[in-house]
Amino acid sequence: MRLEARSASSRMAQLLAPFAAVLITLLVCALLVAWAGAPVGRTYALLFEGAFGSRFALSETLTRATPLVLTGLAAAVAFRAGFYNIGAEGQLYVGALAAVAVGAQGGSLEALPPTLRFVLMMLAGAAAGALMLAGPALLKIRFGVDEVVTTLLLNFIALLFVSMMLDGPMKDPLAMGWPQSAALDPQLELSRLMARSRVHSGLLLACVLALAIWIVERFTTFGFALRAVGANARAAAFAGLPVARTLILGALLSGALAGLAGVGEVAGRTSYLTLDMSPGYGYSGIVIAMLAGLNPLGVILAAIFVASVLVGADSMSRAVGVPNYLADVIVATSLLAILVAGLFTRYRIRWSSR
Amino acid sequence: MTVSAGQALPALRLTGISKRFGSLVANADIDLELAPGEVLALLGENGAGKSTLVSILFGHYLADSGRIEVFGQPLPPGDPAAALAAGIGMVHQHFTLADNLSVLDNVMLGSEPLWQAFSRRRAGRAKLLDTATRFGLAIDPEASVGRLSVGERQRVEILKALWRGARILILDEPTAVLTPQESEQLFETLSVLVREGLSLVFISHKLAEVLRVCDRVAVLRAGRLVAERPARGTSRAELAELMVGRSVQAPTRLRRAPGEVVLDIDQVSTPAGRHGRLDNTSLQVRAGEIVAIAGVAGNGQQALAGLACGLATARRGRVTVTGEALPARPRAWISRKVARIPEDRHAVGVIGDLTVWENAVSERLHTPSFSRFGWIRRAAARAFAISLVEGFDIRLSGIEVPARTLSGGNMQKLVLARALAVGGSEAPVLIVANQPTWGLDIGAVAEIHRKLLEAAAAGAAVLVISEDLDEIMTIADRVAAIFKGRLSAALPVEEWTPGKLGLAMAGTSPDAAEHIDAA
Repeated sequence: MRLEARSASSRMAQLLAPFAAVLITLLVCALLVAWAGAPVGRTYALLFEGAFGSRFALSETLTRATPLVLTGLAAAVAFRAGFYNIGAEGQLYVGALAAVAVGAQGGSLEALPPTLRFVLMMLAGAAAGALMLAGPALLKIRFGVDEVVTTLLLNFIALLFVSMMLDGPMKDPLAMGWPQSAALDPQLELSRLMARSRVHSGLLLACVLALAIWIVERFTTFGFALRAVGANARAAAFAGLPVARTLILGALLSGALAGLAGVGEVAGRTSYLTLDMSPGYGYSGIVIAMLAGLNPLGVILAAIFVASVLVGADSMSRAVGVPNYLADVIVATSLLAILVAGLFTRYRIRWSSR
Repeated sequence: MTVSAGQALPALRLTGISKRFGSLVANADIDLELAPGEVLALLGENGAGKSTLVSILFGHYLADSGRIEVFGQPLPPGDPAAALAAGIGMVHQHFTLADNLSVLDNVMLGSEPLWQAFSRRRAGRAKLLDTATRFGLAIDPEASVGRLSVGERQRVEILKALWRGARILILDEPTAVLTPQESEQLFETLSVLVREGLSLVFISHKLAEVLRVCDRVAVLRAGRLVAERPARGTSRAELAELMVGRSVQAPTRLRRAPGEVVLDIDQVSTPAGRHGRLDNTSLQVRAGEIVAIAGVAGNGQQALAGLACGLATARRGRVTVTGEALPARPRAWISRKVARIPEDRHAVGVIGDLTVWENAVSERLHTPSFSRFGWIRRAAARAFAISLVEGFDIRLSGIEVPARTLSGGNMQKLVLARALAVGGSEAPVLIVANQPTWGLDIGAVAEIHRKLLEAAAAGAAVLVISEDLDEIMTIADRVAAIFKGRLSAALPVEEWTPGKLGLAMAGTSPDAAEHIDAA
């Protein structure tokens, strides 16, 4: 058995690859479901029902998808520039922390008009996330330090820092000893998109940003440079494109998006910050970006898929007793599957007679 | 297996070899025989199917159909170990040697089973020395391969194959990396090999040396065997036509008096980089002339190209373009009408995943012609790309396809078109072309050469850096040899002979070469 390069990889194959990957993932995970002793068909039906089967289920899926769109965009933008930001999780928490610092009740900024404070809160969250990537980007450009290592390790630093703040200066005195921040000023919370649900306008913001980034990548010189640097930095430098500037701006944009994901969670869902706010949204963003083929608009779809698996798995596990860890397995398997599917759009297998 | 019985048996017989990659037919029903003691040239342009055929022979690829016999015995397909055992040896164009190991280690590498506790170095060494003496290939078994010259490394490759008992030796573009003198030595070695009973397959696209070295020539074109000719009784012109499928006209050189100095490199040194350095080097290129830099790879050509393309700065000395020192920023050079053609079109020339039109404007995206307030003027960019495609006859299925799908020749034409269209309709002042025709077929080479000659005739100063002496002799007005970061004097091309140039490329003063050419 050997791999042979395909003479041309068709656009159709590239378009179908994510769907094939999802299908394969579901097949592989069906084995796990069967192993757990549950009926495969019913389990998947319940999973689907739990994600889309009712108004409540759908609203929960969309709520869960909101931060995932943003972290997915964070990864998609960075990966497009050839900057492998694995630190969206940390950037998300730092963004949320900055939002709370600006917008918490009883803060020193309470005197400002709410609109201005809202904008400040958004900007602070984005800036905090962006700042987290300034160091890794500069280190990569100046010394060639691998950004995968620096951004990944910064996650732990960020989480410990947030933990320190929540147990120290930013601890809510009324929280009865729990490490959590003071609540956000209700005036700063994101509005509800659907009545009697948790879907908030952060979803709208995320979708608008996805569209904006798609436009930037396609129609602007910055987007051109981003794609060029990501595809071939040496050739981009030879052609005179500003490689270092593009990398830094791309990294900052990525960090800002992840930071906004944190702001959205605090301002749209939880209204205060705890250390268990994100069940790995930052890491899921990587899967989402890959599933979307780094296409910003595809990120929306991929985020809804991942959110539906996470949400659907909860109700499914209550009904048939398959642990809801299955959701994590599905998400992780789909990443592997999309990588393999991407390989097969470029290569084919030859089975030899020997 | 006894050979003596089968005097009539061919050393190698390929029957009906076919191989497809998707819709591409790499080899179509190829029949070929190699007689014992024969030197067969496998001639063909890039993409004609030479490499595929050899890879099938060596077991790297599986043929879709066809059979291979070695001295009458069928060779199991897809098994490099079987090919080795059957006595097929291969000398790759890009050497497969470990630089940090000694000659002996390289020769023995992979020949011993892993479960054998100790390496039988003494026996291996004796066998190596024995082989070396027998074939007249002097080598120090303990020398570190990293310190050997290119010619010596090739000798190690040949010895490696002989040491393993090769009776059929395949040489893939063996002279591509050699100086003329080293090539001569190689040809002598080959004649010894033949005298000792080996059969050789010599892959090349250099017609002169094919005619010189080989007994018989097999020409491949588009995957098919289009002709077999005895080397005596054919000509370069005939072979070129067979290879390309139509007659090829060499570009003609128009001489004109050189104008003012455009590129002035004055006593420049650069820090030592991965690709060599420049050491107190001076060179002037005038308007209307083509100056070529000849040299073996890794002698400072990259440093020189980096300086002249606006990628790097000199540590000492001065580089000016029409009297002006430019900063090491490509855009500054492009805006001063410097056309730059990089060495490696795949890695540096184009961005393969971007479309053809995006690559066409990548050097000038920031100018008002192609962007406004950060927004790309896509219509203008596409129109520009179409004008390049039409003006340079670039063959493609559309400007929306990724650049990586272009063939080598068309990709290079895209790079050239982009560079020469400096400032829209205005002609470039200086052209810096690093290996402009590396790996291209004869037809594409002639077209690239014609464009460079036209540009020079139109008044551009042209600096060509090349390892291809044929190319240099064809287009250059003046030639300088580069060796270890130093340039020889740039003499008119008529004053160089291949022997003299070869010596200069090896660092010997040209004056010492006179008697060699006389001999």
